[in-house]
Amino acid sequence: MAINEQMLKSIIEDVLKEMTGAAPAAAPAAAPAAAPAAAAAAAGAVKLTPVGDAAQGVASDEVVIGLAPAFAEFQNVSIIDVPHDKILKEIIAGIEEEGLKARVIKVYRSSDVAVVGHTAAKLSGSGIGIGLQSKGTCLIHQRDLPQLSNLELFSQAPLIDLETYRAIGKNAAKYAKGESPKPVPVRNDQMARPAYQAKAALLHIKETEHVVNGKKAIEQQVSFA
Amino acid sequence: MTMKSKRFEALAARPVKKDGFVKEWPEVGLIAMNNPGDPTPSLVVENGCVVELDGKKRADFDMLDTFIANYAIRLEKAQEYMAMDSLEIANMLVDINVPRDVVVDITTSITPAKIVDVLNKMTVLEMMMAQNKMRARLMPSNQCHVTNVKDNMTQIAADAAEAAIRGFDEMETTVGIARYAPFNALAIMVGANTGRPGILTQCAVEEATELDLGMRGYTAYAETISVYGTEPVFMDGDDTPYSKAFLASSYASRGLKMRFTSGSGSEVQMGYAEGKSMLYLEARCLYITKGAGVQGSQNGSVSCIGVPAGVPGGIREVLAENLLAACLDLECASSNDQTFTHSDLRRVARSLMQMVPGTDYICSGYSSVPNYDNMFAGSNWDAEDYDDWNVIQRDLKIDAGLQPITEEALVAARAKGARAMQVIFRELGLPEISDAEVEAATYANGSQDMPDRDVVADLKAAEELLARGVTAVDFIKALDKGGMKDVADAIFKIQLQKVAGDYLHTASKLSPDFECISAVNYPNNYTGVCTGYQISDERWAQIQDIPWAVDPESV
Repeated sequence: MAINEQMLKSIIEDVLKEMTGAAPAAAPAAAPAAAPAAAAAAAGAVKLTPVGDAAQGVASDEVVIGLAPAFAEFQNVSIIDVPHDKILKEIIAGIEEEGLKARVIKVYRSSDVAVVGHTAAKLSGSGIGIGLQSKGTCLIHQRDLPQLSNLELFSQAPLIDLETYRAIGKNAAKYAKGESPKPVPVRNDQMARPAYQAKAALLHIKETEHVVNGKKAIEQQVSFA
Repeated sequence: MTMKSKRFEALAARPVKKDGFVKEWPEVGLIAMNNPGDPTPSLVVENGCVVELDGKKRADFDMLDTFIANYAIRLEKAQEYMAMDSLEIANMLVDINVPRDVVVDITTSITPAKIVDVLNKMTVLEMMMAQNKMRARLMPSNQCHVTNVKDNMTQIAADAAEAAIRGFDEMETTVGIARYAPFNALAIMVGANTGRPGILTQCAVEEATELDLGMRGYTAYAETISVYGTEPVFMDGDDTPYSKAFLASSYASRGLKMRFTSGSGSEVQMGYAEGKSMLYLEARCLYITKGAGVQGSQNGSVSCIGVPAGVPGGIREVLAENLLAACLDLECASSNDQTFTHSDLRRVARSLMQMVPGTDYICSGYSSVPNYDNMFAGSNWDAEDYDDWNVIQRDLKIDAGLQPITEEALVAARAKGARAMQVIFRELGLPEISDAEVEAATYANGSQDMPDRDVVADLKAAEELLARGVTAVDFIKALDKGGMKDVADAIFKIQLQKVAGDYLHTASKLSPDFECISAVNYPNNYTGVCTGYQISDERWAQIQDIPWAVDPESV
């Protein structure tokens, strides 16, 4: 699909401008972790280095984090401007807190969070994976579930703060250990759609631009600045 | 800095300013209707085979084109109708002197681009006139959502029981946590049919799980079988029109009602709109629905409503796609569900497009709970709007499916619904529903008024419930043994529908004594003023009877 980069940018800017006026009232509980001003600077704080095709894991003490194609590469903040490096750091910290290891892969064949998460789960030695889109939508998946099901889904990206990402990492690790953790409390804001859906569409179009049909998932070496 | 206008400051503080709006971007499909990039209508048939569809040769068809060309267009008179001026067809849609079946003969024989060309010419007022005539079933109806953020099944049963006496004929639940699905499905079925027998219920979850729940008798219909207007979006869901048609057949084979879901904005939301208008892509979805032999559609943008609502003419487009479903002789559950605006003015204006002419299910779903409990991410209408909805019906003398109730009736219905769940859980050895929980559900407004349950124990029990093969038969036995014989009887009769199969007909619903009411035995016969569905004196009395109106005799 041919995308006019300039046009996309200008539209996103327009939307952002409208969002700025709306944000405080529209998402009171949504953005404790957001730091819009610092976002652009913080974006470069994580470096992803591809290290070849993602292998089938054998270690039962790992959780695989699947990243959508544009994550920390072509986009650097979530829909509420939480920097990608902080999101990834929190998820990994949550997993490590439970004594497990995180392995990070980039999924290219789809930008759909279910596909990304299920791909991660299938490659995971423990059978547990996390799917993460650039706009921040996230889920915990298990390899033997149907692709469009999940263990826990966080579909409203504007409501996910850093604390929640850490809890997601922690719970994923608990599933990997065979435990039945109490699911991370689901949040719901009926005004997230009116405020964010048009922006979500634009961000997702931009993520989907980087989908490569048939391309295998690539293992990523993660380094934080 | 220059001085600021206080008028602009006041306007900036209005709810509508919190909504997201974008300018049209036709090249990526961010446009509602009338996209110059949409195909020009054409149809060439050779030896009974479509060799050209909307400007594309058969060799260039994608799988959607092939499916539509092979199954979705009645070819007998197609050439003749394709030759008609789109304006003439548009006029026939509006003209009260042209009966529905004459129009349907045409609109089921033309191509997606042609019908889009017809609708592109119409105003919302003309489309509402057409919608009034083209609705499949004689009388309109309404559907609601019953969910809560805690996945508390006792509350679901109580809310469903209340929604039943308020007038909804179909009800839909879903989950916060996917593993709660069996309990939520059970709770909405039992609660709804406690309030009023004959209510169809569903549980929107992953498609295989949803079918499985239906086969076990936990649900009576399904709706969230999604189809999309472009190939890549279909493939994102690991699907094709053929796999969806197969899934539809699976439901039919078990005697379960179902409809497909589609709606504008999903393709552009998922990044693959191929530069086409939202209405054209929705037309393709509806033709796939028709071609798959499915009786109906939930459409009207549905969960992507923020996308059409963000572009110019988007709400007009939503009405156009509902009308398009009716033109294809499909049942239409016309959305009016998901939140799209902070503005109360906008949300009413959007819904009048369907409330006034009436559709088979005006909302697909009205949130029967406060929106903070709506697990479809909020509805355009919620439990706290009940009185507004009832008053709008009373003001305009329209039947939009609901009626006012008294507090006593509400409390009685909720208590009974919650108790039915308590009985089933006790009889089946599931984690206890305490008397305190039943009481909380009886008087609750939302889950903030409910005690917390042991989620880990519930999820374990829900998994075991399916593992030990518990079906609707066990629920019926449990209710019977627990002394709730009337509820047992209602659940039994719901299951019986699947054997009889009458409710697989277009636009079905059930009466309280289990008569199937559909477009087959109650077709829309509107042919002008004082024809078609008329509000009876009895129904009008029910609609107007708001308990807080002053009775002149009492003053």
